[in-house]
Formats: sequence, C-alpha cells, structure tokens
Amino acid sequence: MAAFKRIAGRVVVNGIALLLASVVIFALVKAAPGDPAQIMLGTSAAPDTLAALRVQLGLDQPLIWQYLGWLQGIVSGDMGQSYTYDVPVSGLVASRAAVTLPLAALASTGAVMLAVPLGVWAAARPGGGADIAATVLAQMGIAVPNFWIAIVLILTVSLGLGYFPAGGFPGWQSGWVSALQALILPAISLGIPQAAVLTRVTRAAVLDLMHEDFIRTARAKGLSLRQALWRHAVPNALLPVVTMLGLQIPFLISGAVLVENVFNLPGIGTLAYQALAQRDLIVVQNVILLFAALVLVMNVLTDTLAVMLDPRLRGRG
Amino acid sequence: MTDRHGKPRGLRRLMNLRIGAALTGMWCVVALLSRFWTPADPTGMNIAQRLQPPGVGGVLGTDQIGRDIASVIMSGAWTSLGIAGLATCLGGAVGIGLGLYAAGMGKRTERMIMTVLGVLFAFPPVLSAILLGAILGPGALTAVLAIGVFMVPVFARITRSAAAQIWTREYIAAAFMAGKTRLRISMEHVLPNIAGQLVVQVTLQMGLAILAEAGLSYLGMGVAPPTPSWGRMLADSQTYLSSAPHLAVVPGLAIALAVLGLNLLGDGLRDLADPRKGGAG
Repeated sequence: MAAFKRIAGRVVVNGIALLLASVVIFALVKAAPGDPAQIMLGTSAAPDTLAALRVQLGLDQPLIWQYLGWLQGIVSGDMGQSYTYDVPVSGLVASRAAVTLPLAALASTGAVMLAVPLGVWAAARPGGGADIAATVLAQMGIAVPNFWIAIVLILTVSLGLGYFPAGGFPGWQSGWVSALQALILPAISLGIPQAAVLTRVTRAAVLDLMHEDFIRTARAKGLSLRQALWRHAVPNALLPVVTMLGLQIPFLISGAVLVENVFNLPGIGTLAYQALAQRDLIVVQNVILLFAALVLVMNVLTDTLAVMLDPRLRGRG
Repeated sequence: MTDRHGKPRGLRRLMNLRIGAALTGMWCVVALLSRFWTPADPTGMNIAQRLQPPGVGGVLGTDQIGRDIASVIMSGAWTSLGIAGLATCLGGAVGIGLGLYAAGMGKRTERMIMTVLGVLFAFPPVLSAILLGAILGPGALTAVLAIGVFMVPVFARITRSAAAQIWTREYIAAAFMAGKTRLRISMEHVLPNIAGQLVVQVTLQMGLAILAEAGLSYLGMGVAPPTPSWGRMLADSQTYLSSAPHLAVVPGLAIALAVLGLNLLGDGLRDLADPRKGGAG
C-alpha cells in the first residue's frame, strides 16, 4: 500500500510538472520572433491574405484560447498541422521517431553491454590494471563530445576504411540491413559517453557491495570472487545502473540532435532544429513538450522500478 | 595499494588532482595569454596558405581561409572557458541561493521550490537552448543564459540536500538559541560547511558547460564569427574532412582535454575532501 501511495504521489507531482512545462514552452514559443503566416506565404504576400491565414491558423485568438486549444488537441491526439510541410505534426514526429528511437535503443544497449562487464571487471580488483584501464577509458569517454566522436568515426571508418555510410538514412523500407548500417556509427557516437558514465556507476555500485555480509557468506561457501560478484553483487548493483540509464535516455534522445546533424539523419532532433530555423513553431512546441513528457515519464518509471527492485524502499512514504 | 573503497594510496593517491589541476591551469594560461599574444592573428585570412597540414603552416597547420589553427585554438580557449565560466557562475549563484533558501525554510517552501525546479529539469537542454537562441538571437549572452539556466536545478538539488544535513546539527540549534536569523545561519554556518562539496560541483559542471558551449556553437548558436570558437571550428571542418583531417582533430582534442582536466580536478578535489566518497560522479 505504501508503495502504491508513493508511486501515485510521484505520478501526480510529475503530472503537475508537465502542465507547468507546457505553459513555459507555449510562452517561449510565442516569444520567438517571426510570424508563421508571413513565413508560409513569403514577404510578398498581401496583407489581407496574411490576415486570412492567421485566422485559419487560429493565431488571431487570445493567447489563452490558443494555449487551451493546443492542450485539447494533444489530449485527443491532434498536435496540429505543420506550417512548412502542411502535414499533421503527429505523423511527422512519428516518422522521425522511427529513426531516433532505434538509434537511442542501439546506443543504450551497446552502452550497457560494454559498461556492465567493464565496471564489474574494474571493481573485482580495485587499483589493479583492469581498474586503471577502465577508469582512464571512462574519464576519456565522458570528456569527449559525442558529435566529435561522430566526425572522427566518419573520418576513420567511413572515409578511411569505407565500411559504413558517412551520413544519410535510406529509410526502413529499403531493408533493415542498410537502415541499420546507417545507424551503427551514430549509435557508437551517442553510446560512448553513455557507456563511460555507466561504467563508473557500475564500478562504484559493485565496490560498495563488495564488503556486504552476503558477499562474504558467498565467498565462505566456496564461491570464487568472480562467481560471487556475478551471482550476488551484480544483480544488486543493477539498480543504480538501471536508474542512471532511465534518467539518461531522455537526454540521450534530445542530445541526439548533434549526432543526427553530423550524420544528416532525419531524426526528431534534426526535425526540431530545422523547424526552429523555418519558424515552424507548432512543430517545435510539440517536440519539446514530448521530450519534457518523456523525462517525467522516465522519472516515474525509474522510481517505480526502484521500489519494485528494492523492498527496503517500500516502507518509506 | 588501495583502501577498501578502491581509492589508490601512496604516490597515485592524488593523481587525479595533479593531472586535473595541470590541465585546467594550462588552459587558463592559454586563454589569458591569447588576449595578449598568439603566434599569428587568429582572425587574419591568408588564402594562399590555406589548409596547410600541421608543421608546414604553423604548429597545428592552417584552416580553410588560411588562419593559423594554433592561434584560433588559443583564442577559442578564451571564448570557451569564458562562456562556460560565466554560465557556471550564473547557474551556481542562482542554484546555490535557491537550494540554501529551500533547505532553510522548512518542508512546504522546500517542496514548492524543488517542484518548480523539477519542471526546468524536464526541458531537453540542447533543444531548449536552441529555442532560447531563436528568441534572443545567437551570441555569447544567449549561450551563457541557455547553459546557465539548466544548471540551476542541478546546483539547487545538491545544495539543498547538503544543507538539509547541516540543518540537523546541534550547532545550528545553538545558533538559533543565540537569536540568529535563518538567513544568518545559512550564510555563517551552513554555507561554509558545504562549500567543499559545492566547489567540486562547480568544477564538474564547468566541464559540462564546455561541452554544451561546443555543441551550441557547432549548431551556430554560439558566439558570432569571426570570434573563434571550438564548436564552430568543428562545424567548418566537416566540409574539408577528407582533404584536411587536422581541422577536425585539433579542436576536438582541445575540447576533450579541457573537459578532462576539469573532471579530473573535480574528482581529485572530492578525493581530497572526503577520501571515502566518490568514484561514481
């Protein structure tokens, strides 16, 4: 019951936060200079045509009605019509998410698969060669900008070895092999800094558990250090790793804008970036709200998961 | 060679601190020096000498319009460290202030402040910074604001939780008895006791700010040309990737070494203050 109450409380708080965020986003977008009608019709448009288009877009309404109309639309699944592409924003976002989400999934999976073994290996003998190597690698991975990794990968792997495409995306309809090939290098660029952070979290979490009684018991039963670590320490150390991963994913997705830019991928980041340049503000508004929602949903999910994985948290209010 | 928390002892004990301080110190000197002296004019074009490899045209070669890359990197250090430093000052001052206030004012105020800051936390940093850039126009001030604003919740959270621990101590109760106000207690007793943790955080956040500044200027939202910036050097380099790879390699290394220095310095300071904690960051 306490657990349910705790999670319900988190949902309410994050729901309020999302509503507040929508107000701020709306205000910011309205503050951005540029008249959408003018941009759609060009500088030579007649004043009465412009006025008619503003009425059609609802831009003549008071701001509060525009805001409420936007919220009402979102609740019923309608995000409005893109000013520049003249298609529904929801469809536009969905088609771009088909690039960004697999990219983020690929990057995160790779990062976990690299970081957890590396972190455990480092923690097994603190101060040993493996530990120093992992620590140095992690420090470097955190310090390097992901878009620079992207540029260096294009330089060495694409141009140098000729293995993966240096940019662009063929689309999923052209077969998943070529589509995946286009995502490999971007995923590595996005995943390396993330892997570095997760390696440090894993190492610290395993180190903290090394001196727990249950590890000593496992060792006393005759398990080797490696067995004790993987069977007893790692499952317990996964909680902080999963929490960190959950909190990172929204930032990974929104931070993908830089890597998408380098590789010229049609993802959500480039969509928002180009929409802003073209003053397609309705797209910008919805994409930023989606990202905010994603952050808050991940907050609730990681919290719920923490309560489920660690019974000790259930008692706390 | 290590204690039970995996921290090295002996000679390697303060390695992070030493390397971090050396790297950070080096960049500070380079940035300051660039105000008085660079090997060549960092904004001076020389088309005849364009795209020279390192060693031939200057130590690090020349770029697409013949500028000496070593000079541009030096001036870029001033831009990068300056914007990151100002942004960290802004985010730190506001965030630490709010965190101290929240911790000092009891549960209700505390919850309200942290909820409002949580909203800020939900904004996607890069995209929101671009949106701010669209409203305010690109430039140094926009970059400082866009980076600084998103540090406010980070500093506020850390300050609040650190300060909340201090508020439970007996000497705080004693100060209350002595008739000190909450503001005076916060400034005289709480802040000095959490200053160490905050300095560590300032260092680490400044590293992140350098990364953010590079990203913003890569996207054209940083300082306007011809003011040198590492991020824009990387953006420009992409056109000449196959013919002049050094254009892409040098600024990236500069960014990485600056961030690495600050991160190591932050970790080192944490080790120094509390040898038991840390390692995960």
